[in-house]
Amino acid sequence: MVEVNPNLQLRAEVKNLSFSYSTEKKVLNSVSMPIYDTKVTALIGPSGCGKTTLLRCFNRMHDLYKVKEYQGEITLYPEQMNILSKDIDPIEVRMRIGMVFQKPNPFPKTIFENVVYGLRVRGVKKTSFIQERCEKALQQAGLWDEVKDRLNSSAQMLSGGQQQRLCIARALATEPEVLLLDEPTSALDPISTAHVEELIIELKKDVTIVIVTHNLHQAARVSDYTAFMYLGDLIEYGPTTKIFTNPADKRTESYITGRFG
Amino acid sequence: MQQEVRNRKRKDLIFALAGLFSLVFAICTLLVLVLDLWTTGFGRIDYNFLTSFPSRFPAKAGILSAWVGSLCVMLVTAFVAIPIGIAAGVYLEEYAPKNWLTTIIELNITNLAGIPSITFGLMALGLFVYKLQLGQSILTAGLTLALLILPIIIVTTRESIRAIPGTIREAAYAMGASKWQMIQHHLLPYSAGGIITGVIISLSRAIGETAPLITIGALTFIAFLPTSPILHEAPFISFQWLKDSFTVLPIQMFNWVSRPQAEFHVNAAATGLILLLLTLVMNGIAIAIRYRFRKKIKW
Amino acid sequence: MANTAKKTSKLSTFTSANHPVRRMRRFREMMIELVLFLAAASSVLVTVGIVWILVSESLPFFQTVSLVEFLTETQWTPLFAEPKYGILPLVCGTLLTTFVALLVAIPLGTISATFLSEYTNSTVREIVKPVLELLAAVPTVVYGYFALIFVTPLLQKIIPDLSGFNVLSAGLVIGIMIIPYISSLAEDAMRSVPGYLREGSFAMGASRFQTSFRVVIPAAFSGITSAYILGISRAIGETMVVAIAAGMQPNFTLNPLQPAETITAYIVQVSMGDLPHGSIGYQSIYVAGLTLLVMTLMFNVIGYYLKKKYRESY
Repeated sequence: MVEVNPNLQLRAEVKNLSFSYSTEKKVLNSVSMPIYDTKVTALIGPSGCGKTTLLRCFNRMHDLYKVKEYQGEITLYPEQMNILSKDIDPIEVRMRIGMVFQKPNPFPKTIFENVVYGLRVRGVKKTSFIQERCEKALQQAGLWDEVKDRLNSSAQMLSGGQQQRLCIARALATEPEVLLLDEPTSALDPISTAHVEELIIELKKDVTIVIVTHNLHQAARVSDYTAFMYLGDLIEYGPTTKIFTNPADKRTESYITGRFG
Repeated sequence: MQQEVRNRKRKDLIFALAGLFSLVFAICTLLVLVLDLWTTGFGRIDYNFLTSFPSRFPAKAGILSAWVGSLCVMLVTAFVAIPIGIAAGVYLEEYAPKNWLTTIIELNITNLAGIPSITFGLMALGLFVYKLQLGQSILTAGLTLALLILPIIIVTTRESIRAIPGTIREAAYAMGASKWQMIQHHLLPYSAGGIITGVIISLSRAIGETAPLITIGALTFIAFLPTSPILHEAPFISFQWLKDSFTVLPIQMFNWVSRPQAEFHVNAAATGLILLLLTLVMNGIAIAIRYRFRKKIKW
Repeated sequence: MANTAKKTSKLSTFTSANHPVRRMRRFREMMIELVLFLAAASSVLVTVGIVWILVSESLPFFQTVSLVEFLTETQWTPLFAEPKYGILPLVCGTLLTTFVALLVAIPLGTISATFLSEYTNSTVREIVKPVLELLAAVPTVVYGYFALIFVTPLLQKIIPDLSGFNVLSAGLVIGIMIIPYISSLAEDAMRSVPGYLREGSFAMGASRFQTSFRVVIPAAFSGITSAYILGISRAIGETMVVAIAAGMQPNFTLNPLQPAETITAYIVQVSMGDLPHGSIGYQSIYVAGLTLLVMTLMFNVIGYYLKKKYRESY
């Protein structure tokens, strides 16, 4: 059982969460962990360990597909609402918890329309507010200077790294409380990756971040807390420095030293 | 060994020539067809031909009622088939659960595309003309052709939507979009190129369809125009034209080609040329749209 | 108890399941889904309508004419003073035209498809395919004109005793018309054969020709069958070409040089006249239409089984 650090503010808490795509095998097996406010939490582990599945529970992405049975809870603070509950509308969850995907997936619309899409969905009409938010989000994503002169050109004209930062800006424009990053740099070149990593460190001032990554160095560089998962179980959770320097579990140690994965 | 290799090379070459021949033969037939109509019919097309009613005298006859009829019927067809076709395509691609009902609907659409067009005409004659008492009217004709092209629109809509990657759907949902918002803001705009292409191609098919309209008893000698949709007094708009009898370009052409006199065949060629150019231009536009959209949006 | 975060997003808060906003959203989404479902279901109604009308309008016919007579009598003269109702001449005319058409379309279509798929690059394909598909876009009544006014006189130069209306020229033109249906679908099927099968064959030292015929075509057989079936359906159901160029005389013959009448042409012939609703002539076109539908269906079922039997999995 993971101890909750009383000196930190909680943003969310995963409690005994189990999940399976089909009836046979559990992909998540009673996972419990805290998500601290304005901290970066990294989910690491070998392929198929359930880290992406866990991430996609946070914004109820599994609801889009058949067979979804969440057992356990994810409590979102401050309301202390279980966002996995059937009474909660997944759309409302997604309005508060943003997500950036593995491969940059900008809409084939203009840069501006991409960034403000979340506001449009929420029915925001005021032009000045929309423009303000657009600029702010692009600045937060470190993209403003590169695109401010061509907000109306197609997002598909951007490079891969720019596209991914655009997706981050798109998620930030609605000021989400939690930002989910699903291997956000796996499709990017090293320079773009460095860019995005700087960005993550910058962003955690305002927003709580949960990141799934295959890249252990990245987890070590950007995260404050790390959860190591293996075959659907949460093996170890703790401050990143502790996990990487002094892991408690043998499996964590072999994974971070590169013996499997 | 050498002999064997040479033999195989020769076989390869012979087959390539056969392939080239097949293609050239098919395409040349198309060219000959166009040229034949052009040389026979082009000289006949003038202002009078477009603005005269059919007549017993070949030189005086024109296609006014035919092209107006084609236009009216196409209006009804487009008005009915486009929304239903797109809606059905969206449902089957995005909503339909995997159950027996969906399987039946899908099987049915595949089969509908293979049913001879004349059976649609027989159905329309029995159902629209007699059971529903819609008469041998523009409305009946438009509905018949709409049912005929419905499968084409449904299938192209589905294919265009399917081409949009799932990551785009997920991106939209992750931003808090509802299902319909996702469809309305993303799927429909991004698949518009494919859908429009399908719609144009299906309409170009409908405009040349003859058999089902003959079956519903479309008259071939029509020397009047449908009622004007615009009235000079309130309510200013009239739908009386829907109930009028009509003729269309292909039926007019069929009428003329079935007559023994060669002069009428010239009229038929002229009508055929117009019809052919119409469909070729529509198909050309469709290909151009497909090409442009493919360049504009890359996944 | 740990501290908890204070800040919440100003743009959205959680609402209860009965909140008006959620009720409204749910209602809207449900209505939209319902409308879309009705559109999809309407396509089933079309089929139901076709079968229902064809069957219900045909049934009275068999109160006058026995099924045995219908299937065995060799004359079809419903509009004569002494009517005979044997469907055989019409079926025969239909099959004969279809046969002639396939004689043209299957070799040319298959060869074109193989050539496009295996011998050319994608640039050529991108240009040739749409042009080829234009052949299917030409209105059939134009093809009818072409068969009667151009092809028949041309053929008469080679075969002097060819009659002015004949099955041969109608069949040939239909054959050309359905080439794109066959070539396009068959080409798609061949293109979807995975490249490693071809590479395997080339690696064994096979030529392009051998690879096409021993590897690609067998692997794509299921798709090619669908292409043929679609071609056959089109040929059987083709109306205007035969109505214009094959003459409208029921003829129980297998000689393509003679005029004949297909099922579809008969329906056109009757429809052009003015038959009262409910007369035996009126019923006869529904019986003819039903026969046509059954024939198309039969070929589709055969195709379905062929596809199932020869489906190669890769």
